[in-house]
Amino acid sequence: MKLDAKIPEGPLAEKWSKHKFNLKLVNPANKRKYTVIVVGTGLAGSSAAASLAELGYNVKAFCYQDSPRRAHSIAAQGGINAAKNYRNDGDSVYRLFYDTIKGGDYRAREANVYRLAEVSVNIIDQCVAQGVPFAREYGGLLDNRSFGGAQVSRTFYARGQTGQQLLLGAYSALNRQIHEGKVEMFSRHEMLDVVVVDGQAKGVVVRDMVTGEIETHAGHAVLLCTGGYGNVFYLSTNAMGCNVTAAWRAHKRGAYFGNPCFTQIHPTCIPVTGDHQSKLTLMSESLRNDGRVWVPKTKELAEQIRSGKIKASEIKEDDRDYFLERKYPSFGNLVPRDVASRNAKEMVDEGRGVGSSGVAVYLDFADAIQRLGEDAVRAKYGNLFDMYYQITDENPYKEPMRIYPAVHYTMGGLWVDYNLQTTVPGLYALGEANFSDHGANRLGASALMQGLADGYFVIPYTLGDYLATIGPKAVDEKHPAFAETKKAVEDRIKQLLSLKGNKTVDEYHRELGKIMWEYCGMARSEEGLKKAKKMIQELKADFWKNAIVLGKNEEFNQSLEKAGRVADFIELGELMIDDALDRTESCGGHFRIESQTEEGEAKRDDEKYAYVAAWEFKGEGQPEALHKEELKFENVKLTQRSYK
Amino acid sequence: MSGTMNLKLKVWRQPNSEAKGSFVNYDAANVSPDMSFLEMLDVVNEDLVKKGEDPIHFDHDCREGICGMCSLHINGRPHGPKQAITTCQLHMRSFQDGQTVTIEPWRAKAFPVIKDLAVDRSAFDRIQQTGGFVSVNTGGVPDANAIAIPKPVADEAFNSATCIGCGACVAACKNASAMLFVSAKVSQMALLPQGQPERYRRVQAMVTQMDEEGFGSCTNTGACEAECPKEIKITNIARMNRDFFTAKFFKQEEV
Repeated sequence: MKLDAKIPEGPLAEKWSKHKFNLKLVNPANKRKYTVIVVGTGLAGSSAAASLAELGYNVKAFCYQDSPRRAHSIAAQGGINAAKNYRNDGDSVYRLFYDTIKGGDYRAREANVYRLAEVSVNIIDQCVAQGVPFAREYGGLLDNRSFGGAQVSRTFYARGQTGQQLLLGAYSALNRQIHEGKVEMFSRHEMLDVVVVDGQAKGVVVRDMVTGEIETHAGHAVLLCTGGYGNVFYLSTNAMGCNVTAAWRAHKRGAYFGNPCFTQIHPTCIPVTGDHQSKLTLMSESLRNDGRVWVPKTKELAEQIRSGKIKASEIKEDDRDYFLERKYPSFGNLVPRDVASRNAKEMVDEGRGVGSSGVAVYLDFADAIQRLGEDAVRAKYGNLFDMYYQITDENPYKEPMRIYPAVHYTMGGLWVDYNLQTTVPGLYALGEANFSDHGANRLGASALMQGLADGYFVIPYTLGDYLATIGPKAVDEKHPAFAETKKAVEDRIKQLLSLKGNKTVDEYHRELGKIMWEYCGMARSEEGLKKAKKMIQELKADFWKNAIVLGKNEEFNQSLEKAGRVADFIELGELMIDDALDRTESCGGHFRIESQTEEGEAKRDDEKYAYVAAWEFKGEGQPEALHKEELKFENVKLTQRSYK
Repeated sequence: MSGTMNLKLKVWRQPNSEAKGSFVNYDAANVSPDMSFLEMLDVVNEDLVKKGEDPIHFDHDCREGICGMCSLHINGRPHGPKQAITTCQLHMRSFQDGQTVTIEPWRAKAFPVIKDLAVDRSAFDRIQQTGGFVSVNTGGVPDANAIAIPKPVADEAFNSATCIGCGACVAACKNASAMLFVSAKVSQMALLPQGQPERYRRVQAMVTQMDEEGFGSCTNTGACEAECPKEIKITNIARMNRDFFTAKFFKQEEV
């Protein structure tokens, strides 16, 4: 199959408007004859389900949590970008587009990113109308702050919990449609497969996580809004339940997986404390507005800190290396995430890391507290400082925070065309679940923007075109594909429940995470990746022999839930490694040690790698086939990214 | 911090909503003070799995104190002994070596136990479905800065909006009342200009649904406020009551 991104013709700034006009419409009276299935209720899923229901479609929405409001978008802290230019500081749709393309190290589609920047302004309007309490100034208008990778202030925020407030807005719109009877909501339901009928997605198989019942649901289209797969690394800032299962099952049913190796390692997270660690906690990037990142200038001083002989605050100014400010004078502490992360790792590798483990750098607020006063710092970041204190038992007002990079977001995801449709007609992917807008590195405050752009302002238009094409004829749930897919799900569950070995699923997950972090994390090499591929294959074979999965299907069974997810993560891990092996260039968060500039920055190879890698599943145990979507840059000039 | 602890756990086990539950004792050995409470349970569970025993089921997700999925009544207090945090943010350094820790689910008629420590809080969703929104469709809304909101008003609305819907207020209340939760949701909209057109309709709808779900009445004890991990104030309840009674002065068609 040839990949067709379906990018509209015409000048960049006119593509979306023209495309919207060219898309077919579904007549209002016919909309109620269609059913749309939405899986996941984060920003993308809730906003899509609500907006489609408002238009008149019937929506069935599913989430694995006990309430749609708990999807992990809720945990986003820092903010949401929009090209409002309320600051009069030179922002524009074009600048947001440019920053995002550049931030993504020129591995995203121009047309998609431009559309994202274009609709960003509508998102803020929509959220405010819903009653989202964004931060305001004394004049009553909205406040902004700056974020990494940008030199304008375009980030709207709601204290340190922008994600919760935006999600509650989308959830309220969803609730209204549930009340109207237009959305039927299924909480505590996990999607385990897609039903494909004659090449088109026509339904899903889900498991009721309380009773264990395996249900099929039919619809004219299926929207996967199921988030990212950062938990393949075991330790990440994702929620414990975040998983790749829905996307992976779709992949196995024919949806290509785009750029699976593009993972974002976020620079400012609380470091690991021990083997018991179950997840990592992010400290918002907004902290880099006022916090200064440093390590001691010498290994000797770092050693004294690690052994507890001296405290950070006792180190003289001259003995500190503010390495981001030193190396990137124009962006300083606000360089993009991939650059900040890699530099922290470099310091630790040089032996200048701090904390008892030596695997951390400082994020210091002493200057900000002196400049603005402790109260002002508390007003801005109080909840983050409190969270840091709860977790570490250290007071960040007195001693600098210790931070270290952690897996945070996955730019890769299901390959989609300009309409957000995967390679399976009728199957769409929105938000973090798709690969589309962030290239090889996502800028801060852009995930919320993309999730809501896809759900509120893109899918309501593009889905209509597909639905108008297929017509409103009811989906026949008696088609054998439904029973077959359901049986496949049941068989797999039986197989999992038959595993009565001697190793817990968590042990496998931790092992997988260690392999991925070591060989497919912040630095990747051909040698390491090849080794990791073998290790993962062995891990997979061992899992299906020696894992322990307890209980039965017909009950609330967290042991079974976890086993199914980890089994899928193991398979995904291998594909990520294949992808990382294929891409011998470095770009954004993908750093191949064989490809770096003299200064140690990521060195792209635009001649060979200006493409999206879209992987096709070819059957169990078969190597996946690589398809390439060439990226054409007609508006921006590809340059080596510089934040100096 | 150094030195590990050994704790005795008394955990509520109940196979499903129909079954009768009981406390079961477990030992939690070699607990690091740097572990979170849920990580301590993870370790206990992993030992159970190795022994072929059903792990203790509990709800949890973000482990950052914001999704509101974790619950747990720990030694008689929702979210444990510390103020203003959720169970997932509670760390074992708040406990002492040798201590007995009793862990129960939220106890409320409107929150039936699903299994062990997990309860059904969908009543909260249903309350919000009846009116916890501003009726605007996607698109066609005014520019965000067309609505100026005084900062103190915005901040006050924000304080109400920080509710994470965990249900600790219900669990803390001797009447299992949901007034703090519902009033926080009502207040956010009642304070903001966007919420005015539906202000009185909303409060009536949500209070009616709250009563139908079987939550108890409010008797102004204040336990909800004391236990709320997000420090939602009971002044929200006063505001909701005022709006609720004001609504009664309007004719039905006016609200």
